[in-house]
Amino acid sequence: EVPKALLPVANRPVLSYVLEQLELSNIKDLIVVVEGADAALRVGGWISAAYVDRLHVEVATVPEDVGTAGALRAIAHHLTAKDVLVVSGDLVSDVPPGAVTAAHRRHDAVVTAMICSVPVSGLSEAGSSGAKDKTKKPGRYNIIGMDPTKQFLLHIATGAELEKDTRIRKSILRAVGQMDIRADLMDAHMYAFNRSVLQEVLDQKDKFQSLKQDVLPYLVRSQLKSEILINGAPQGQQAKENGNDKVSYRILANASTPSFHELYALGPNGSAPVRRTHKCCVYIASNSKYCVRLNSIQAFMDINRDVIGEANHLSGYNFSAQNNIIHPSAELGSKTTVGPHCMLGEGSQMGDKCSVKRSVIGRHCRIGSNVKVVNSVVMNHVTIGDGCSIQGSVICSNAQLQERVALKDCQVGQGYVVSAGCEYKGESLARKEK
Amino acid sequence: MGAQKKRAAAAAAAARVSEDPDDLARQPLQAILLADSFTTKFRPITLERPKVLLPLVNVPMINYTLAWLEAAGVAEVFVFCCAHSKQVIDYLENSEWFSQPNFTVKTIESHNIISAGDALRLIYEQNVIHGDFVLISGDTVSNMSLTQALQEHKERKKKDNNAVMTMIIKKSKPSPITRQSRLGTDELFMAIDPNTKQLLYYEDKADHSKGTICLDKMLLAENPSISLHNDKQDCYIDICSPEVLSLFTDNFDYQHLRRHFVKGLLLDDIMGYKIFTHEIHSSYAARIDNYRSYDIVSKDIIQRWTYPYVPDVKFCGNRATKLERRGICFTAFNSEIEQSRSAQVGSFTVIGYGTKIGSNSKISDSVIGEGCTIGSNVLIEGSYIWDNVIIEDGCELRHVIVCDGVIMKAGAVLKPGVVLSFKVVIGERFVVPAYSKVSLLQQPTVHDSDEELEYADNSSGTVEFSSIQGTADQSNGEMTSESSEAHKPKLGTGGVGYIWSICEGGQEEEWRHSVAPIPEDKLTELSEAMDDDQELVTQDRTALSTSGELISDSNASEGDDNEDSKDDSVYFEKEVEATFLRAVEENVKVDHVILEVNSLRLSYNMTSADCAGAVFYSMMKLAIKTPHSSAIGLLTLYPSPFSMVASNAYPIYLSGELQQNTANIITTWQKLLKSYLLEIDEEIEIILKFEEMCLESAKEFSPLFARILHILYDKDILQEDAILRWADEKEGADESDKVFVRQSEKFIQWLREASEEED
Repeated sequence: EVPKALLPVANRPVLSYVLEQLELSNIKDLIVVVEGADAALRVGGWISAAYVDRLHVEVATVPEDVGTAGALRAIAHHLTAKDVLVVSGDLVSDVPPGAVTAAHRRHDAVVTAMICSVPVSGLSEAGSSGAKDKTKKPGRYNIIGMDPTKQFLLHIATGAELEKDTRIRKSILRAVGQMDIRADLMDAHMYAFNRSVLQEVLDQKDKFQSLKQDVLPYLVRSQLKSEILINGAPQGQQAKENGNDKVSYRILANASTPSFHELYALGPNGSAPVRRTHKCCVYIASNSKYCVRLNSIQAFMDINRDVIGEANHLSGYNFSAQNNIIHPSAELGSKTTVGPHCMLGEGSQMGDKCSVKRSVIGRHCRIGSNVKVVNSVVMNHVTIGDGCSIQGSVICSNAQLQERVALKDCQVGQGYVVSAGCEYKGESLARKEK
Repeated sequence: MGAQKKRAAAAAAAARVSEDPDDLARQPLQAILLADSFTTKFRPITLERPKVLLPLVNVPMINYTLAWLEAAGVAEVFVFCCAHSKQVIDYLENSEWFSQPNFTVKTIESHNIISAGDALRLIYEQNVIHGDFVLISGDTVSNMSLTQALQEHKERKKKDNNAVMTMIIKKSKPSPITRQSRLGTDELFMAIDPNTKQLLYYEDKADHSKGTICLDKMLLAENPSISLHNDKQDCYIDICSPEVLSLFTDNFDYQHLRRHFVKGLLLDDIMGYKIFTHEIHSSYAARIDNYRSYDIVSKDIIQRWTYPYVPDVKFCGNRATKLERRGICFTAFNSEIEQSRSAQVGSFTVIGYGTKIGSNSKISDSVIGEGCTIGSNVLIEGSYIWDNVIIEDGCELRHVIVCDGVIMKAGAVLKPGVVLSFKVVIGERFVVPAYSKVSLLQQPTVHDSDEELEYADNSSGTVEFSSIQGTADQSNGEMTSESSEAHKPKLGTGGVGYIWSICEGGQEEEWRHSVAPIPEDKLTELSEAMDDDQELVTQDRTALSTSGELISDSNASEGDDNEDSKDDSVYFEKEVEATFLRAVEENVKVDHVILEVNSLRLSYNMTSADCAGAVFYSMMKLAIKTPHSSAIGLLTLYPSPFSMVASNAYPIYLSGELQQNTANIITTWQKLLKSYLLEIDEEIEIILKFEEMCLESAKEFSPLFARILHILYDKDILQEDAILRWADEKEGADESDKVFVRQSEKFIQWLREASEEED
């Protein structure tokens, strides 16, 4: 009912985190691609309200189920810059996109992917969220092969390939000599692409659906035998450009040793390049950076918890002495305690003897007395009756919980009314649609 | 110093508890030196002299190994002699090795051993190894310090009893073109845990046809981070725990140290033995595995990478030579060399005692042994000439190995890669073709092309040799004359010896391992081949990518899966049909048939919908097969409330008959069919099945589709819900799919109305 990009994380749409990071990196020309017209309308509405004066944002709509590659194909004509940064709207991270693009330009790469370590929190329990959940295997998202300097991406396996034995091509190993294979990293879905290459790949391979599963692996696979810069008119120009860039890059990076790509391209005699190669780079987010994708309910909970907890610098709020955020307009009854790592939105009311721990409560919620909220996310305009106990649950906007409801690990849909005295455990409650 | 440290540690530990490991740690370090490589790479030379005694820069190889072991703090060395054991033992007895303080050399002799595995098993039986030991073969040159590797090994061993071996590796990137290392060994793929340095994967003898390395998924599940190396070289120096010996005994089929033992341990996850690696950076370690490594290691020695084991430093068994500085390079010279003024001796050359060099001869990058006589106008380049060789005027030698006592008559030419074994005589002006091997001994005739049988091969060679040896040594002259007569044309006038025909691998592989540098044309050829390779791979990939699939293998296996399940259902259908037919023939009770079909269902893991489909299919088949009775005009039996759309030209009476048969069969077996029709889904499955049959296997039914549908409805086999839902489902289908919906339109219409009336 709510577009994923607008799901509230600490009472702000998740998309705002990405946009903010982009703004910080001074990337101001944005195209927000939304699947489906309805969602686009809402996202567009929100963006224009929030960022009208700060960012130049275009909202483009693509039909549903075209995949990320399809989405880019659809908006290809909008893209003009030399390099394009593609970020998933559900990424909550404090890794500066500027660093990714810088790495991308420094190596004159065809693609640069941001890689982060697999989040430690209980993403493995994800699975309740159904079809949307693309988590592959607990704790393992990608198998990533890099060169020893950790700059170049040599191998990437996603999805179903993880279940099989890993096959690594010898040719690339021969070219590099050493490859570090990591199973504890994941692709954070932030890519910098060379635009012309991206467009060429998208044009040529019209079956490619997803950036993550088709385009990126394809580019990685073909990096020693590049097929993409070969045909078409602008190639000469491109090559020239590359040459110039390389020179400047050498000077800039003071790199005395050429990367293996160049060595490989030089062929056996060290003469003129005989092979076409392109570079696929990685930018590895350091462990201290926060980087999680909101792609499951569990991740949603985790992110909410982290943003008001450990990674609170992301939320942009000032924390009180108790390490929590209580909006001044929120009203608390007597003997009500709000623990650390909590957030209470604007205009919310709480009755007496309530206790809130490690939870986010949205705007204008009405919470009765004797209510316990632990490890949960309560969105806006939720009414919670007296004596409720909520643990590890997500309560969507306008939901109503009558008296003495006990929820554990549940999701309550928008506007759903949980009748008095009910107890649920691990269930998903929503209004029947049809 | 290492020993001291070790002892101190051991003493400290022993103070706490005197347990076995501590006692072991106090043991003096032992080493097993295999004085036999168990391969045939150095034939024909090794037929007459063991490999470890071959001179490497004028010093027998084994001396390098022993000198290093002594320097590395090894106290006791067991030299395992197999082929030519007598020569090795004689040599060692006459050398200084037996009289060293703090360093004992013991020999173990065996003649019927054909592999390293056998050798280690034998040593285990002798029960001489008490603690950690260094396993090395007698053709290894190194100057590394063992202290650190040993300490690492011991610490690991203390923590984890399964850490049985530490392999020494060194960085060395194989050429991308020839796919072999500098030493001429095949490229090696290793996976190493970057933190613990545990060896996780080892692939030598790489199968070039396979373009990928396959890492077991469990490997990655257990180790989040793995380094895959193509740039490392195995030094064949291993620090082993005593368990290694017992492991060889337990696994009596282990022959080769790497191919069997290391791979065996890596694959065996039951015992959980682990192998670790230790990388050396600045020190030298290399094994002489083939002619190419002989060449490379010799050059390394001359260029002093192996210091202190270099020509001008005296270590056991060699006479130090003086170095003369020539430009920036060194040339080892001896004062007793008789050198003509006009002879030019180039850089990186070592010339032994008592060698005479005639005028206008040019020598460069070569090693020349003792007591050689080199005539005038001789050209020697990149060659290894052993002792007492006579090279007459005007000979040309490029990148060759010439063994002791060879005589080259005037004007003879050796093309690159030639190996002349002991006492061969090359006739005047004879040109020995490239890569040929010449020996006084005839080539052993038993040749198995299978490389795995190398060992067996070798043993046969040994046996053969020992029989020849006596005669060869005693009646040398006689034999020479004999063979020279028989094979005169082969080596020119006055030539003695046999040119071995190139066997196994053939000429193809010769250049890879020979002393001669790889010829230019081969390089280009190879790099072209490599390009083709790549292209192929890429093409494959693109083909797959464009088809919209993910990755080749995932793809393939998915296809397999589909096929499997398809196969299964086909088999299942057949089985059900057979069961059903038998039931009809033998008049089996319906209940029993249900039982049988149920058991089939379980064994094939099918759903009840599959059963329903299969049973229905067999019933319809039966209906077709049933001999046509004389019943004509039975059409009226099941008068339809609607007119037929009999579009097919199938004779109407036959179709009537068929319909009758079908009706009969359905009536008889409705109970069977019904037992699988628990839900509407299964009923729909039947309709779909029927549709499929009408289109494919049993076209006879197609005109009767609507009527039989009606029969099924009348018999309460199909509920109206099922039929209506089937019709609804078909609504959106292709026109071609709708044929039967159309046909039964009236019937469906009727059903709809009926149900509305009921409502």
